[in-house]
Amino acid sequence: MAIGFEQILIQTVNGIVNGMILALVASGLTLIFGIMDVVNFAHGDLVMLGGFVGAVTIASTGNFWLALLVAAVVIAVFGAVLQATTLRPLIGRDPLQTILATFGISLVLQKYAIWQWGPSARRIQEPLSGNFAFFYLQYPWYRILTALLATAIIGALYLFLRYGKYGIWIRATTQDRVMAQAMGIPVPLVHTAVFAIGAGMAAASGVLFGPLGGVTQNIGLDFTLRAFIVVVVGGMGNLGGSILASIFISLLEAYAALIVSPAQAVIVSFVALILTLLFRPTGLFVPTPK
Amino acid sequence: MLALDNVHTYYGKSHILHGVSIEVQPGEVVGLLGRNGVGKSTTLKTVMGVVRPSEGGVVFEGRQIGGMAPHHLAHLGIAWVPEDRRIFRLLTVMENLRTGLERPGVTEAKRKELLDKVYVSFPVLAERRAQAGGTLSGGEQQMLAIARAMMLEPKIILLDEPTEGLMPRMVGQISQIIRTLHEEGVAILLVEQNVPLTLEASSRVYIMEKGVVRHHAPAADLRANHAIIHQYLGI
Repeated sequence: MAIGFEQILIQTVNGIVNGMILALVASGLTLIFGIMDVVNFAHGDLVMLGGFVGAVTIASTGNFWLALLVAAVVIAVFGAVLQATTLRPLIGRDPLQTILATFGISLVLQKYAIWQWGPSARRIQEPLSGNFAFFYLQYPWYRILTALLATAIIGALYLFLRYGKYGIWIRATTQDRVMAQAMGIPVPLVHTAVFAIGAGMAAASGVLFGPLGGVTQNIGLDFTLRAFIVVVVGGMGNLGGSILASIFISLLEAYAALIVSPAQAVIVSFVALILTLLFRPTGLFVPTPK
Repeated sequence: MLALDNVHTYYGKSHILHGVSIEVQPGEVVGLLGRNGVGKSTTLKTVMGVVRPSEGGVVFEGRQIGGMAPHHLAHLGIAWVPEDRRIFRLLTVMENLRTGLERPGVTEAKRKELLDKVYVSFPVLAERRAQAGGTLSGGEQQMLAIARAMMLEPKIILLDEPTEGLMPRMVGQISQIIRTLHEEGVAILLVEQNVPLTLEASSRVYIMEKGVVRHHAPAADLRANHAIIHQYLGI
């Protein structure tokens, strides 16, 4: 069967849009891993909680932008509390312990969500309804807006890390925790702050994703898994790598969906994960280690 | 000013320091000599709070600091220049220096004064301020490590083998900076393998062996009596 040029172009746009939402989730995950060697298996559930907090805020105020802000702030504070109470005592221990801890948190959050909000999906009303003609499709403007917002948030994170005082603290701590602390940087506080930033970004992704896929208590696992794949493919702890890998993996899936069904297309990301682990375990988008 | 009293330190199950007692007076340069693996670096790490002493006391300016977190110690005025330099490799030279400047009480004027001072001592750092720390040569990294410690305006610097692996010209520069710091009233606890440099720079010297201090003497005495150096260090 022949695949039209339009189809390829449409899937390219789809891949980039999905990739940017994924990048928003994955950059938090990779930041947290980079600085405290913790793989946060509850990260996707922070996306889910953010989605619910956003949905509740919209239900009472009708304002999408307010919902985005409230969800990010509420979940960032929640993330800070979570880190300080649950993960801080485990830092420096066997990675298995932090994995089990975050996995436990994930289960608790899911059960909480079903208890608090019930099993049915909440759809978030998009702030921008219209479509535009894109070949044979009516393509929603909101999807484009999502990609732009995700890019803006990631851009803000980059500028903060690159130029801000706390950005230098975070980068120094990521590179050498002990030396950073010896230079007077309050490392335990930096850890909590980074977890809060990652959680806030996850929550923002949840709100952005809400109008596209709906929010249910079980969307977390899918986000965690996909973010985990891109973090490995991009190079654990490497922010730029994770962002590139998010787009790369999402494009792969989008193109694969041209040939097989979208459900089967997910397989290509696992294939990419396995190939990366086999042939370049440090990640595809990092310079070759010397 | 700084006093270690019968300090014992363990790495996991291995007992590294077996009751070390050392004292440094304000503004004094004190040398710590010994062969590899006798616990010199561990002594400095214990002072810096990087490893916890299991027994004994560490007192800084009358305050018990044993077990305090390193970032609190840095704010009290203790700076550490570790053996392997531990430059933040992906941060630029300027950002490496900034890690010590972003603390309360550093005004814009103070910042400039501190930076100007290290740029005078180490002009090469001014030239390379926008370059990543990891791209510097060994000697330049050593200078950056010392300059970075100076950003904290420390009362004492724990200097761990600053001349290790450096060219003779660089060694001269390091001993010059030790002199300058001493003239400014900064105390230094200097761990070194370079015996002549240590004896010249320090007022007193401790010699360690197997996790304890075996000998303690004014540097002048050791300069006059080389037999002791030979006995403990085999040189």
